Amino acid sequence: MTLIDLANPTRFLALTARVLPWLAAATIILLTIGLYQSASAPDDYQQGATVKIMFIHVPNAWLSMFVWGVMSIASLGTLVWRHPLADVAAKAAAPIGAAFTFLALLTGSLWGRPMWGTYWEWDARLTSVLILFLMYLGLMALWRAVDDPSRAARAAAVLTLVGAINLPIIKFSVDWWNTLHQPASVMRMGGSALDKSFLIPLLVMAVAFTLLFVTLHLAAMRNEILRRRVRSLQMTQASQKAA
Amino acid sequence: MTMSLGPYASFIVASYAAAALVVAILIGWVMLDYRSQTQRLRELEQRGITRRSGRSATEPR
Amino acid sequence: MPVAGGERFPNRRKPPMTALAALIRRDIRIALRVGGGALIGVLFFLTVVVLMPFAVGPDLALLSRLGPAILWLGALLASLLTLDRLFMADHEDGSLDLITMSRTPLELACAAKALAHWLAAGLPLIVATPVLGLLLNLDMVATAAVALTLLAGTPALTFTGMIGAALAVTLHRGGLLMAVLVLPLSIPVLIFGVAASQAVIVGPMTFGAPFSILCALSLVSLVIGPFAAAASLRHGLD
Repeated sequence: MTLIDLANPTRFLALTARVLPWLAAATIILLTIGLYQSASAPDDYQQGATVKIMFIHVPNAWLSMFVWGVMSIASLGTLVWRHPLADVAAKAAAPIGAAFTFLALLTGSLWGRPMWGTYWEWDARLTSVLILFLMYLGLMALWRAVDDPSRAARAAAVLTLVGAINLPIIKFSVDWWNTLHQPASVMRMGGSALDKSFLIPLLVMAVAFTLLFVTLHLAAMRNEILRRRVRSLQMTQASQKAA
Repeated sequence: MTMSLGPYASFIVASYAAAALVVAILIGWVMLDYRSQTQRLRELEQRGITRRSGRSATEPR
Repeated sequence: MPVAGGERFPNRRKPPMTALAALIRRDIRIALRVGGGALIGVLFFLTVVVLMPFAVGPDLALLSRLGPAILWLGALLASLLTLDRLFMADHEDGSLDLITMSRTPLELACAAKALAHWLAAGLPLIVATPVLGLLLNLDMVATAAVALTLLAGTPALTFTGMIGAALAVTLHRGGLLMAVLVLPLSIPVLIFGVAASQAVIVGPMTFGAPFSILCALSLVSLVIGPFAAAASLRHGLD
């Protein structure tokens, strides 16, 4: 089955009906393994047990960016290839991405409290995630503000792509601004310096959360296709009544 | 489970609980949305409104 | 299709450069006339700055410390809020259809419109800065620094905001939604604009580094803005 075959929503629905149970099962298994491993991971010599928040914070932070990437590819699909499912994918991903971004912020703030002594520090990493969260909310507001899905889709696609170009610039600016105002960040997680006893649970959790996103995304896309069918049937009903 | 979470146990538990809650809300939203959309489609079909293809809108194929 | 009402673009048979010049001239003229609203931006800027002392207190030392930030925020809001009607007015009277159908590339036409908007609504903000700097107890050097950073940075705001204006016209929505969508994108400009001004006033950093990044941001948005605006007009106006 190729991408062109999937352009047919009915085929796509058939595929999701077949794939979703397996995806859900794989997600549950991996999440269980990941949770067990992160529970049995040793304490960090500096951060103590609070390092366990990392196993949930980092996958969500990763997903907050990954989902925007998925939406960007879907937006290219809308604008360039005019793939009929692309805007369904983009629309379904936005609220899920926003939820994961919210979790990244929340867990980051809960992690920061023992480290910094405050719930919120204008730390470079958290601040860029906050801006990303605002952008997700703006995108969702755009989807909600316009009732014609295809019109909203093209506007949202332009905005998503502009956002994708701007995100690295925003990240760079916030990093620069942060070093200007506070010399050293307390929350430090050098990717290579991470011990293997932390790295493996972290990777398992990251894969599990990514699978969770894929599952939820497919299910939300299916709902969106059904919602559009309801909409078009209601239009038919209205025109039949008028006739 | 006997796990020593140190002095900041409440923060660790809170972040795991928040993650569980948000994921549960997401799952619930997706499932309830599916139920309501299929139900609305079924109601519309019972009223005799069909798709141009004539196929049932709720059936996957 | 023969273009009706072509007399609004008397130069349209000449090469594109002339057409763009005509577009810029027309937009500036409309903006400065009654109902154009370009100068309302300056009035808004003035009002926002005058509000500040009421919020933070008439403490001159504090105001001069916050001065660059206040001026930058005011200019940011003023330039984004006036952008709302950049394409909307043209859409209402039909001239936007002429622009999208003309032989001039839409990207260039968008850039020309943004340039005209900046000349009519952005430059007056910079001209007004010295007066407002006086109200905020900024000295000569600080005021000059803020004006210079605004001169370098407001094009970026205009060209980024143009994307929002194009989305506004294709969605038939404006106002708050556009502000919410575009304001996060303008954070880098705000960061480097304020940082460059502060570098002159309090040091210790050099003025050059943030200022050159600010110029780079303006140049980048000069490229991204017209393309994104043209894309959303092309895909949205059918």
